[in-house]
Amino acid sequence: MELINSIFELLFGTDPELRQIIAVTLRMSLFSTLFSSLIGIPAGVLLGANDFRGKPFLTRLVNTLLGLPPVVAGLLVLLLLSRSGPLGSFRLLYTVEAMVIAQVLLITPFISAMTANLVGVNAKVINETLVGVGIHGPKRLKYFLLDFRVPFISIILAGFGRSIAEVGAVQMVGGNVQFKTRVMTTAIMMQTNMGRFDFAIALGVTLLLISFLVNSIVNRIQKAVSDD
Amino acid sequence: MKSNNPRNILILTVISILLLSAVGCAQEPVNKVIRMSTTTSVNDSGLMAYLQPEFEKATGYTLEITSAGTGAAIEKGRMGDADILLVHSKSAEEEFIAEGFEEVRVPFMYNFFVIVGPADDPAGVAGSATAAEAFQKIADTGSLFISRGDDSGTNNKENAIWKSIERDPAGQTWYESVGQGMGQTLTIANEKQAYTLSDKATFLAHDNSLVMHLEETDDMKNTYSMIIVSAKRFAESNVEGAQAFVDWIKTEQARKMIAEYGVAEYGEPLFFNLD
Repeated sequence: MELINSIFELLFGTDPELRQIIAVTLRMSLFSTLFSSLIGIPAGVLLGANDFRGKPFLTRLVNTLLGLPPVVAGLLVLLLLSRSGPLGSFRLLYTVEAMVIAQVLLITPFISAMTANLVGVNAKVINETLVGVGIHGPKRLKYFLLDFRVPFISIILAGFGRSIAEVGAVQMVGGNVQFKTRVMTTAIMMQTNMGRFDFAIALGVTLLLISFLVNSIVNRIQKAVSDD
Repeated sequence: MKSNNPRNILILTVISILLLSAVGCAQEPVNKVIRMSTTTSVNDSGLMAYLQPEFEKATGYTLEITSAGTGAAIEKGRMGDADILLVHSKSAEEEFIAEGFEEVRVPFMYNFFVIVGPADDPAGVAGSATAAEAFQKIADTGSLFISRGDDSGTNNKENAIWKSIERDPAGQTWYESVGQGMGQTLTIANEKQAYTLSDKATFLAHDNSLVMHLEETDDMKNTYSMIIVSAKRFAESNVEGAQAFVDWIKTEQARKMIAEYGVAEYGEPLFFNLD
């Protein structure tokens, strides 16, 4: 009962900090998912729909990146964006942008691999049909994107789930700066470190509620799209 | 038609990079932001969150605080990712200074390390005259001790105490080095009902069933210093902003705030001003 009270207090109470943390979390996850999808889905279609030399190698490479530990991605981006790193002059370390970059690195391979798998199974039939009606080359991309729009939404949603739940990389490159880069997961970690398990659990449940809400909205969209 | 594919990938990559850089454009004026790298104790104890709004109101600067163990906190200064450090490890600070990174170093407050452990105090630590004596008792009785093991200020202090009694506990069955921050280390010590060395502020702010058995001995003073990262190493270092913080912390208002912090909640201050 106390837990429900504290969740309610967190969400609708007088302290604006949690709402601010939620806003940063959503901003980060939405941008991460957007960019990862913009890169990952076309790349996945190209990889899945075509036969070319080096395809097995490229597929293996994407699958390997799928196993990239978040902390390794975080470390990489940290070293790149640090003032003493090659991209230091952009002043991006400990910003939401840095978190988005690290997450794009993590989620793009995931989205590409899922897309390539999905498209690859049906590629032969679709390609034959498209060639049959005189559509060649890069123009096919549009038809693949249209054809798979419903399952693509699920893939994007899975990417969003990864993004919002990730903690290792965003802690490293975001730095958990209050009012700036503190997101739900790093806030939960901080509260746990301080031994405030109640508060940490309340934050955790809130995170799940938000995920549920986003899923519900997107499923509604998915349904509308497939009913078209 | 296959020859078009690499070009598509290239175009997509370029578009993505452009989009990414568009997100990165919202920059605040540089000199108004002070990047502060603190040790975990001043952040996890809530002190910085308590001082920050008053400092920002008084000076118009914005503080961006990241916190980590002292070793990692100083490393951020070395990498040019902080303008000012707020740390507590004399040996690590002196190393940093010797490397020529520091503009000014200002010791400004202190508190005490404490030895905490299970309520029944199996090693009989309570009443020891020094931390060294207490560590000797823990080692002699083979009572479980959890070490930070993370090159933090507290960890360095702990190692110095072991060294002073010429014991090397590494690898002993009663000694566990966990490589975690103070909060997690206290959580682990609490779960295992073990002894550990903690700074007093983090211990008081942390929920656990452990008890302070020894505090305020001469060899457990814990001094916090501010170090401004020199612009000679990193031209962009916000020395001016860092100096504004150093000046502000010495004002009557800030000293009063530090001296009062924790009194309402714990019945005693967590930090003391240095004169």
